[in-house]
Amino acid sequence: MTTVKKYTKSVVENFDLYAPKLVSKEEFFNAGHRACQGCGEALAIRLMCKALGKDTVITNATGCMEVISSLYPTTAWTLPWIHVAFPNAAAVASGVEAGLRALRRKGKIADRRVKSVAIGGDGGTMDIGFQALSGAMERGHDMLYVCFDNEAYMNTGIQRSSGTPFLASTTTAPAGKKIPGNQVWKKNLAEIMVQHNLPYVATASPSYPLDFMNKVKKARRVKGPSYIHCLVTCPTGWRSASETCIKLGRLALETGIFPLYEVENGVYKLTVEIPEKRRPVEDYLKLQGRFRHLTPDQMQVIQARVDLEFKKLQNKIDHSVSWV
Amino acid sequence: MGKRVGMEVAIASAEAAALCKFDVAAVYPITPQSHVAEHLSDIVNDGRVDASFITVESEHSALSAAMGASATGARVVTATSSQGLLYMHEVLPITSAMRLPIVMLIANRAISGPINIWNDHSDIMPQRDTGWISFFADNGQEVVDMTIQAFKVAEHREVMLPVNVNMDGFQLTHMVEPIIMPDQGEVDRFLPEYVPYATLHPDRPVSMGTLAMPEIYAEAQKAKNVAIVNSKKIILEVWKEWEKLFGRRYEPIQAYRTKDADVALVTMGSMGETAEIAVEELRKQGVKAGLLKIKLWRPFPFAELRKAVQGIRVLAVTDRACSFGGPGGPVFSEIRSALYEEPVRPAIVNYIIGLGGRDVQVEDFMEMVRQAARGKLSEPYVFYGVRG
Repeated sequence: MTTVKKYTKSVVENFDLYAPKLVSKEEFFNAGHRACQGCGEALAIRLMCKALGKDTVITNATGCMEVISSLYPTTAWTLPWIHVAFPNAAAVASGVEAGLRALRRKGKIADRRVKSVAIGGDGGTMDIGFQALSGAMERGHDMLYVCFDNEAYMNTGIQRSSGTPFLASTTTAPAGKKIPGNQVWKKNLAEIMVQHNLPYVATASPSYPLDFMNKVKKARRVKGPSYIHCLVTCPTGWRSASETCIKLGRLALETGIFPLYEVENGVYKLTVEIPEKRRPVEDYLKLQGRFRHLTPDQMQVIQARVDLEFKKLQNKIDHSVSWV
Repeated sequence: MGKRVGMEVAIASAEAAALCKFDVAAVYPITPQSHVAEHLSDIVNDGRVDASFITVESEHSALSAAMGASATGARVVTATSSQGLLYMHEVLPITSAMRLPIVMLIANRAISGPINIWNDHSDIMPQRDTGWISFFADNGQEVVDMTIQAFKVAEHREVMLPVNVNMDGFQLTHMVEPIIMPDQGEVDRFLPEYVPYATLHPDRPVSMGTLAMPEIYAEAQKAKNVAIVNSKKIILEVWKEWEKLFGRRYEPIQAYRTKDADVALVTMGSMGETAEIAVEELRKQGVKAGLLKIKLWRPFPFAELRKAVQGIRVLAVTDRACSFGGPGGPVFSEIRSALYEEPVRPAIVNYIIGLGGRDVQVEDFMEMVRQAARGKLSEPYVFYGVRG
């Protein structure tokens, strides 16, 4: 009896160790694609697809993922997949949703729910695709949008986007002799999505695969618009070692730079615990070549802003109220 | 049998789309297309057609959402005008490349700047090379007929291309005209249910809109060209069937009193009806005038044009758009190029007229014919009646 009890307890304690065994072995984003070694985005998409399952249509904004996965006549996708252009993934996915809804209602396709999911990078989501995203979310389509944010236009060669962090060096905001990299703070798109009154908004990272997949599953169940902002490492653009892909995602959380939380009907909740004593931002920044030029003073400026943003988030967690 | 009604043409175009029982409409409002947008949403919200209406936030998203819906196998209509058409330009060639049979109603309007909401063809001309089939209507009846024909042509398995139906903004869209509205039974007999080739559905997953390297990109472009060139055969078949069922004849180039004509005007769109009156007046004065009205802009009807100009000494081609720094208006340069290899061909002059809603009256067309009859113009193309 004692042994059984002990065993049960240890499963619960080590849930994260055992749970991957419960994850579907079926692949919808298959091996053989052309992503770089250590690409956080390709990994995240693979996990997302597993969580979404078969009854899904993917709309892909132009970017690395369309390039590496759909080189004619090959495809990495075994889910129905469409790519149209750079700025319009949300609009196309809203059309997919409206089309499926009309055809289902009229009995022209099988009577079961197929989820429309749009994916795009930070450029395709936060910059050029922002209007289409805002429109699609505001209209209340039954669709999920996942932004895979690697913090610059990596596909075109590491140019700055509105997702690029403060002082990061990019090819259009280089660390020059006079101006040390990107001069403004990263846009908080998850917060902007919350302001669209979405029933479900979350931040995620492939470094926390179960958390990410649970959020995708939750978003999939929402009958309406939902949004997930997923921070993904780009070794090429971040000038980081490929093998640090997962580590950097963890450090982003442990420093408080990218906390993982969800907002359900207006209620904020942290989904992955952040250590009481957060690691200094330096631990995250120093592993990346894009921050190589930073002085200790500049790191302190970043530290102060991260502390402030974390406090603001904590405040929302403590005081947000559900609208349902 | 269809019923003869008095109806605003913009509303009639939406009614025609309703007769085609569209599944999804994605439309962004813009003058002078707005009555089309409003009436399509009336039709959906009153439940007259079981469809989803997407109130998109821009024209770029209108065509993008239309594409997404069409890719699921839905019958889709959209509509736009002017700046809106220019704004969705990026998406147009992708629609035809992905062979999505969307029908777009275009209320033709001038493009900025200066900003101007009135009619000309400068919005559609930059879309010429995007791989869409382009119809031009003369009047409200043609708008209705062509809208219904457009779905049949677009969805034909041997075509599978998007079609735009051009109606002049205000001059057509805001006119109340006598129109014979086909009844539902007639349209149902003419237009079969859309059977898509491939759709976005997990039961048969496909990848649409993939990346093409130089080794295959050129072949994809050639295939699109073959498709639109070959679509003419189907368009002619559909028009023949239409004539049989509804008694109204459609031709790529409609000739008006050209059998013995010495000078012929060439028009596209609603000005053709004014030009007809000018031809009648000139005939009364003993001038052997004629008129060619282009109804099919893409694919361009080269063979029909060559046949239509036989025996004509001078062609006075009118254009309602500019090609700045180019050889003349787009219709003119197309026609002149089409006739270059002909051993016997008419002299061709070009009048750029009716820009931004500038009125062109019967007397203007008569004057153009008289000038053209005298021979070469002072310049290769003339902005008729324009100061400066």
